[in-house]
Amino acid sequence: MAQVDAALAEWALGVAKRHGATAAEVLCVSAESLAAGVRLGEVEKLKSSRERRLGIRVFVGQASANASTAELERDGLEDFVAHTVGLARLTAADPHAGLPDASLHPASFPELDLADDHSGIIDADTALAIARKAEHAALAADPRIKNSEGAEFDSGRYYIMFANSNGFAGTYEGTSFNLGVAPIAQSDDGAMQNGYWYTANRHFSKLDDAEAVGAIAAKRALRRLGSRKIKTNRVPIVFDPDMAAGLIRSIAGAASGPSLYKGASFLLGKLGEQIASPLVTIYDDGTMKGAMGSKPFDGEGLATNRKSLVERGVLKTYLLDSYSARKLKLQPTGNATRSVGDSPSVGTTNLYLEPGTHSPQEIIASVKHGLYVTELIGFGVNGVTGDYSRGAGGMWIENGELTYPVQEITIAGNLKEMFKSIEMIGNDLRWRSSTVSPTLKIAEMMIAGE
Amino acid sequence: MANDLVRPEQFFLNRFGMNESGLERILGNALERKADYADLYFEYRSAEGLGLEESMVNHTNKSVSHGVGVRVCAEDRTGYAYSDEVTFDRMRIAAEAARAIADSRSEAHPAVQVGGAVQKHRLYDLESSPLDVPIEERAKLLREIDELARAYDPRVRNVMASFSAERKIVMIVNSEGRVAADMQPLCRLNVTVIAEDEKGRQVGSFGGGGRVEWSYFLDQDRWKHYTREAARQAIVNLDAVDAPAGEMVVVLGNGWPGILLHEAIGHGLEGDFNRKGVSAFSGRIGQSVASPLCTVIDDGTIANRRGSLNVDDEGTPTSRTVLIEKGILRGYLQDRLNARLMKTEPTGNGRRESFAHVPMPRMTNTFMLSGESTPEEIIGSVKRGLYAVNFGGGQVDITNGKFVFSASEAYLIEDGKATRPVKGATLIGNGPDVLTRVSMVANDLALDSGVGTCGKDGQSVPVGVGLPTIKIDGITVGGTRA
Repeated sequence: MAQVDAALAEWALGVAKRHGATAAEVLCVSAESLAAGVRLGEVEKLKSSRERRLGIRVFVGQASANASTAELERDGLEDFVAHTVGLARLTAADPHAGLPDASLHPASFPELDLADDHSGIIDADTALAIARKAEHAALAADPRIKNSEGAEFDSGRYYIMFANSNGFAGTYEGTSFNLGVAPIAQSDDGAMQNGYWYTANRHFSKLDDAEAVGAIAAKRALRRLGSRKIKTNRVPIVFDPDMAAGLIRSIAGAASGPSLYKGASFLLGKLGEQIASPLVTIYDDGTMKGAMGSKPFDGEGLATNRKSLVERGVLKTYLLDSYSARKLKLQPTGNATRSVGDSPSVGTTNLYLEPGTHSPQEIIASVKHGLYVTELIGFGVNGVTGDYSRGAGGMWIENGELTYPVQEITIAGNLKEMFKSIEMIGNDLRWRSSTVSPTLKIAEMMIAGE
Repeated sequence: MANDLVRPEQFFLNRFGMNESGLERILGNALERKADYADLYFEYRSAEGLGLEESMVNHTNKSVSHGVGVRVCAEDRTGYAYSDEVTFDRMRIAAEAARAIADSRSEAHPAVQVGGAVQKHRLYDLESSPLDVPIEERAKLLREIDELARAYDPRVRNVMASFSAERKIVMIVNSEGRVAADMQPLCRLNVTVIAEDEKGRQVGSFGGGGRVEWSYFLDQDRWKHYTREAARQAIVNLDAVDAPAGEMVVVLGNGWPGILLHEAIGHGLEGDFNRKGVSAFSGRIGQSVASPLCTVIDDGTIANRRGSLNVDDEGTPTSRTVLIEKGILRGYLQDRLNARLMKTEPTGNGRRESFAHVPMPRMTNTFMLSGESTPEEIIGSVKRGLYAVNFGGGQVDITNGKFVFSASEAYLIEDGKATRPVKGATLIGNGPDVLTRVSMVANDLALDSGVGTCGKDGQSVPVGVGLPTIKIDGITVGGTRA
């Protein structure tokens, strides 16, 4: 692993000061990865990568500028830092800008088990074999699986170093492993449907079995065959766990500081109010061991933590970096995210809806006529108003049973009402990504179809 | 730096010592196993952005990135490795990693002789880059935008404006010895306005740009137009009523609603999907896929457009490709790999986000040619329907053909007149079917203002779209009102 020289950050902070910066922070990211893809049993692609970047933010008083570069030689970097300080001098002083209060930085970091030191980057032959196994399982699942967009296995390792002129310095490393497979099913009339399924984890040994991933992908493609449009109607909607996770993400987006201080959020002024059904409790937890969204400190060097975003339907907190916290006269919440060369923004860590007591089967069985949503496409979510209108697909529910597949329809409503009308929550929470949800049921939404 | 820019061909030699003999050696390494083709993609990108919020230009950033990607193709296999250190040592390691997809061979690899320059277009020879305009001047314009938007209407509550500019120098050297180098400027000005009244808050945004100089935004008061459009949309939407739900006649306004073509047609005609037979359009060349009123073009050669390129990211000059001619499917969009495997010619559509990405067939500027109706005739012909003039993003499932795109400004049509504004709604349809329902095409083709970004397989590239006003006899509108 090509780690970034720890002394480089200290040196760059010093250079910034020497050129007139009153405060500065440095973020270095170094990453490597290998992706291996097969299609119809044959090798299709191998991609290996290696990157290192340095980002710096400098303050001259309360004016700031961001910069990033791949040129890590000290000669070139000196000029680069000097130029960034110059850029800050041309920027307007912003009374809310600045590093977090020095007293807020944690003195020590939790051990979060973010890296798989045993497996490292998986070599090309092994990666190809895993991808092949998953795709083979999908192709062998049913004679109607007639084509494939392939299977891909990726592994990656990254190293992050962050330091600021408050005296904060921290580093961490992480790994990720991901297997995805995309078979295509075809019916007698020639119509095709794809199916996608994946497994991902920070630890190689914790990935789901490749054959199981392939089999699920095949099942997902097959169940879409023969999809039809349905009539325009207002009915109950059951979201499968992956689709429900998207709804949880929308709430977090609207609760994030930058949306709020811009006045671009339907949750503005709702802190402490009932925004969802009392069944709804949503946690954000950056300290879960081995989880995809965990990290020891956030994008400004503040400790991550566990908190309820929504508790029994009440909005308990906003998600804030120190800039939006100052703007809103609140405290930062350890949710600053950072990409190299940008100002901090706000994001979630491990975000999840607390599971309920119902099995997904019970939830489906509770619906007389309605839709079980397993796919959503498009970007029809308006974070300012909460208006929601997206392309959807899934299975029609008739008398509590899944019947035929549905496609080419939309579901629409407003997130404010949708969250208040969540009627049932499943017990089927599974950690496959950093935002997860169990199955959930919304009392009614508008389906537009024929 | 300024001198480097005059000849992008010399840039990587001057800056990183990428001489011909070294390049030949690396390409030789790449071809050491049984490969059909190899190429090296060099990229040096500088970018600057500044942003205004709450009447302050309080955000600036600057980035420099560079790197090189080594690609080896053998039959339908691709090996790719990249590094952000542009040195022959790193490239040799990358070439060894990339060639792993090819079978070994006993005979020596053919010698590569680097030298043949590609004849490229000259679509954006700018006098100066927006990056060279003093930052104070750029900041001043953002402040003027803020003032203009706030003066537009007392209900305007907040204004966000940003200007971003980049300069990308690329060089592609391939195993046929061909060298293509290009300097690709790109910039964009964006305005977002939030308006509020007692009924609620609404957002409007507008922007534009392209491979243009700073003066582009001042010419014809374009910046004022962007600002007023953003404010106007936010204000209009304050009075929007719930959108209707169900299948109905939809009239699409000209310009940006061309995103319909991008989602419904364009992606499904990309060569990779069709070679693999996974597109709803696979095997349909020569068949009728649209009404005879529809002719759809992808053209990467329009001067100064956001979606245009002198050469694509594999060094092939871009071209004008007829996708649909009077309703008949004529062509696919090709990169080199898929063109070779489909035994056809590349169309100059091999594009990638950066050196860290493998090229794929992608669109450039995709639009429909004008017809003979007038927009007034079209709206006048509709008894009840939706008139959609602005859109957010869209998405398509190329395998089953289902696509969506979301209206951000739309009106009801009642008895031949556009009446009340309705809330944003997603429109959903089936790609191979939607253009067969086009019953009128107006004479007012317009290209979008230069804001499009297309995502595919995790890669974003700038694109353009265009459309005349058209009437679609039935498409599902995802509103909330029965």
